[in-house]
Amino acid sequence: MVNQEGGVQAIYQAALDQGRFEIQRCNDCGDAVFFPRELCPGCGSGDLSWFKPSGKGTVYAVTTVRRKPEAGGDYNVSLIDLEENVRLMSRIENTAPDEVKIGMTVKARVAVNDGAGLLVFDAAEGEAQ
Amino acid sequence: MSGDLNHLRGKFAIAGVATFGCGEAPGYTDMELLAQAARLAVADAGLTMKDIDGLCTASASSTMWSMPVVEYLGIRPRFLDATMVGGSSFIAHLMPAMQALESGQCDAVLVAYGSAQRTSTLSRKEIGKARLLMDPQPYEHPYQPMLPMSAYALAASRHMHEFGTTRRQLAQVAVSARQWARKNPDAFMRDPLTVEEVLNSRMVSDPLTVRDACLVTDGGGAYVLVRADRARDLPQPPVYVLGQGTAVWNRQISSMADLTVTAATQSGRDAYAMAGMGPKDIDVAELYDAFTINTLLFLEDLGFCAKGEAGAFVEDGHIAPGGSLPVNTNGGGLSWGHPGMYGIFAAIEGVRQLRGKAGDSQVAGARTAIVHGNGGTLSSQSTAILGTAEAL
Ligand SMILES: [Zn+2]
Repeated sequence: MVNQEGGVQAIYQAALDQGRFEIQRCNDCGDAVFFPRELCPGCGSGDLSWFKPSGKGTVYAVTTVRRKPEAGGDYNVSLIDLEENVRLMSRIENTAPDEVKIGMTVKARVAVNDGAGLLVFDAAEGEAQ
Repeated sequence: MSGDLNHLRGKFAIAGVATFGCGEAPGYTDMELLAQAARLAVADAGLTMKDIDGLCTASASSTMWSMPVVEYLGIRPRFLDATMVGGSSFIAHLMPAMQALESGQCDAVLVAYGSAQRTSTLSRKEIGKARLLMDPQPYEHPYQPMLPMSAYALAASRHMHEFGTTRRQLAQVAVSARQWARKNPDAFMRDPLTVEEVLNSRMVSDPLTVRDACLVTDGGGAYVLVRADRARDLPQPPVYVLGQGTAVWNRQISSMADLTVTAATQSGRDAYAMAGMGPKDIDVAELYDAFTINTLLFLEDLGFCAKGEAGAFVEDGHIAPGGSLPVNTNGGGLSWGHPGMYGIFAAIEGVRQLRGKAGDSQVAGARTAIVHGNGGTLSSQSTAILGTAEAL
C-alpha cells in the first residue's frame, strides 16, 4: 500500500521545508537510519519511524571547495557523524571554511529559503575559532 | 570459503589488447575510438571480428550503450554484459566473461571502451549538468561537492587525520607516476614534475590540487579474452587471469562506513584467494589513480602496506622507477592519461608488462601483475591478478 504522503524522500524534504529535521529509526533492530529509506539497511525491516535527532554531531571529514570570489568564494563541504550514529553530508555555516576541522562539535539547523528547507550545521558554542 | 573460484584460475587468457587515440583525438566520437581500439585488439589476438561472440562494454553517458556497440561492430554476440560500475567496469567484466567462456556460451569475448571527453564538442560542464538531472543524489548535491574530486578530498582529509599522512606524501604519488610517464612515449604528460610543483599547483578541493587529480584525455581501449587452450594457439603470449574479485559497498561518499578502508579489501581478498597468491607474489601493480589518495588507499587495501603506512611507503620511493614495487608503470591516470573511465587501461598496461613489451618502462622479468579498478566515488572496486605462463 502506498503512503499518501509519498515516499520517504518526499516526507523527509517536506519536514525540512517546514523547518523540521527528522530521521528514521528501525523498530526492529533499533538502528537510526540516514539517508531516508523504505527499508532498514541494517536488517531489512520495513518498520521504520521518524524521530527528531538531538542535532549534535562531530565533523568526520572535511574539504574546502575552491571557487573564485566573484562566483561566491570558497565553501565548506563536510561529512558529519550525528550522535545517533549516522553519517551525512552537509556544510558548516558559521565558521570560515579553513577553520572547519575534523573532530569539531557541530549543531544541526534547518535553513529555509523560499519554502525549501536545507539541513546545515553550525560549530557548537566554544568551537568557533 | 563459499564462492571459491579456484577452478577458474588460469583457464582464460587475454589474447589481444589495443588502445587508440589516447591523449587527444579531435573530431572523434566515443564510439569511433571504441571501434578502432576493438578492431586493433581483435587483430592483435590474431582473430577477426567474426570470431567475437561475446561483448562487454559500458558508457558513462548512454544508458543502452551495448546495443549501439553491437550494431556498430556488426557482431551478433551470444553473450553480452553491460555492467556499469564506473571506472572499474572493464576489470569487473572479466568475471562474467570467464563464466560465459567456462559455460561454453561463447568462445571469444571482446571488452571495449571509448571516450572523447577531452575534445568532445559536448562540454564536460553540460554533461555535468545533465548528470545532476538524470542521476540525482539529493543528500549530497545540495551542498555542491565538486564530484568526484571532493569525495576523494574528504577521504584524503580523513587519512591525514587518522594516520598523519601529509600533502607531500600525496604529492609523491603524482611525482612517482610522472617518473614512470617520462619513460613512456605514449604518456600524455611527460615534463619533469617535483613535489614542490604539486604542492604549489592550484588547490581545487582541499587537500587535493589539480596535480593530485587525473588528467582529462580522450582514448579507446579494448582486450579480447578466450579460453587458455585457444590462447596458446594465438600469436601473442597469453596473459592468464589468475584471480578476480569485484566489490561494491556504497554509491555516495557519505554512505561509506570508513573513508580510509575501501571495498578493495574485499575485491583484493577474493582475487588473491582465487589466485592462491598474496601481495608478496605480485611483480607489478596497476592501481587506478583517479586522485593521489587512491594509490595510497589501494596500496593498503590490497595488502602492500599496513593501514596508514602507504604515505611513508611512497615517500621512501617504493613505487617509483627503481623502487621495490613498480606502480602505474605507464604513468597512470595522473600522467599517462584518463579517458573518463580508466580501468581498462590499467588492465592493458598490465598485459603490456607481462608480454615484456613495455619498452623503457618494462619491469624486468615481470610474471604477475595486479590490475585494480575504482569506480564512482570510492564506490566500486575490482581487482584482477594476471600472470604469464610461468605464473600458472
Ligand atoms: Zn533494522
